[in-house]
Amino acid sequence: MSDPTRTYLDFERPIAELDSKIEELEAILARNGEDAPDAAEEIAKLRQKSADQLVALYSKLDAWRKTMVARHPERPHLKDYISTLVSEFEELSGDRRFGEDHAIVGGTGRIGGRPVVIMGHEKGNDTQSRLKHNFGMARPEGYRKAIRLMDLAERFDLPVVTLVDTAGAYPGLGAEERGQAEAIARSTERCLTLGTPLVSVITGEGGSGGAVALASANQVLMLEHSIYSVISPEGCASILWRDGARARDAAMAMKITAQDLIGLKIIDTIIPEPVGGAHRDRTGTMKKVGEAIETALSSMDGMDAEELKKRRRERFLTIGRSLLEG
Amino acid sequence: MSWLQRLTPPGVQRMFEKRDTPENLWVKCPVSGEMVFNKDLEAGYHVTPAGHHMRIGPELRFKYLFDSSWTTTEIPEVAKDPLKFKDDKPYTSRLAAARKKTNREDAMAIAHGAIKGIDTTVIVQDFSFMGGSLGMGAGEAFIKACDVALEKRTPLVAFTAAGGARMQEGALSLMQMPRTTLGIQLLKDAGLPYIVVLCDPTTGGVTASYAMLGDVHLAEPGALIGFAGPRVIEQTIREKLPEGFQRSEYLLEKGMVDKVVHRKDLPETLGNLMRVMMKRPAPGTNAPAKAEPAEG
Repeated sequence: MSDPTRTYLDFERPIAELDSKIEELEAILARNGEDAPDAAEEIAKLRQKSADQLVALYSKLDAWRKTMVARHPERPHLKDYISTLVSEFEELSGDRRFGEDHAIVGGTGRIGGRPVVIMGHEKGNDTQSRLKHNFGMARPEGYRKAIRLMDLAERFDLPVVTLVDTAGAYPGLGAEERGQAEAIARSTERCLTLGTPLVSVITGEGGSGGAVALASANQVLMLEHSIYSVISPEGCASILWRDGARARDAAMAMKITAQDLIGLKIIDTIIPEPVGGAHRDRTGTMKKVGEAIETALSSMDGMDAEELKKRRRERFLTIGRSLLEG
Repeated sequence: MSWLQRLTPPGVQRMFEKRDTPENLWVKCPVSGEMVFNKDLEAGYHVTPAGHHMRIGPELRFKYLFDSSWTTTEIPEVAKDPLKFKDDKPYTSRLAAARKKTNREDAMAIAHGAIKGIDTTVIVQDFSFMGGSLGMGAGEAFIKACDVALEKRTPLVAFTAAGGARMQEGALSLMQMPRTTLGIQLLKDAGLPYIVVLCDPTTGGVTASYAMLGDVHLAEPGALIGFAGPRVIEQTIREKLPEGFQRSEYLLEKGMVDKVVHRKDLPETLGNLMRVMMKRPAPGTNAPAKAEPAEG
């Protein structure tokens, strides 16, 4: 289906060309259908071709192309997930210490009728909202708000759901001054000491410590074309080769895709995306994410705080060790 | 190898190779530029007359820290290069080079001994091993140190020094942030002190995990400590950073560090802290402490 507002990624150029051709033909057909008897047939053919190419392209995305998809501006973001999946949502703000950080948004609500605390990174979707949310790059206040919300969840025995989509924690002067490292460390620690179920979904970019601070969970789910990495491919390339342009090589070398990470037991479940990525069927993707969250939460029904903490501990301690045995 | 070296016959090359003898006699202080006699440096805790704390490895650290002798614990074996990582060189050859250079398996060393009479487990991060980077080896070693402290019921003192996570192990390195945090949790549950001594430099994922989760944070003077490195911050905010930014004294002022301690005073400060936290008798008194040490 052609969509004039769609943002095509670089590697999608052949599809963009086909789609624009389809669009032209559709316009001709609409203007003078009788004078263009072959147009309808041609459109059908091109549509099939475009669809086939999309399937072919997306069935073998490499780590760098997945990075592009994970960062796609039309990919569903936290606020979309909340409005689609969460009922009775009330946003809670502020860290009660210094300020409010819009890069992490969270609050109380219900997913599939189940009361939860939900939070995650929000990148924004236009210039104004991107600036407001600081492109999803949180400052210490964001992580301290996350800690506060986990405290609240524990107090009322509510499961916690976190959606992770960040390039990383914000590397700014004020963030350093107010203890960015300490805030991240404490947030990770809070995840690990939480006495209620914690489910994380990497929905886009899982960037470094800024992601781990929300994703030290009982179960870590990942959308099919998301990435999760210790440093951004650009950052890795600029350190290893002193050349950020070699980001593609770095992305491949670091094994950042869901398909790589499930083998390393770093994530537990891959949530499939529609052909052509989450942004081509936003609602369908979000519903799948919702179902996966509900399944994950149900699997922990009836577990007490000690059991949940023990399982989380074992989950993380096993990572890496299992590779030695194997 | 430079073009000149390539063109020079090996016999001639050898004539110009560095000789062992006079090389390490004098060391230049990076602060004052003053030349310091190496023997003086060793006798003075590797702190130059200008007060600059030179980076030191685990062996010197143990020597300056423990009352007399200490025993070391081997760090656990980990999976070797599971990502088959290669940049200009394969990760395995970088690892082999670092191992040869430092004579240790990874960027951590664990020892156990007495500090001012207090039985203590110590873990030291070795910056000279691939920038001290935190990968599976260092992470597993940290957890091991927590286990040793727990088993011997001693405090754990961690000397941190690292650029951050080890990129060559990808997300497996990233996972060391929660994994080391779980190690610390064992000590907290058991009521055992965990004290961090931040050394130059401590940045990235190391600062954002076990380096900032101590019951007490000490720092050596002038150490660079932060989450993002100064270069990254300057690129982000597009301005020069103020003098002293992200140094120990700055962190003290901002409330992230309890005390900046000269290397020679570390045993005493650590001793004082641990004696009180472990409710041990004051030095010079024979009477037992009033309360029992915390039980797990």
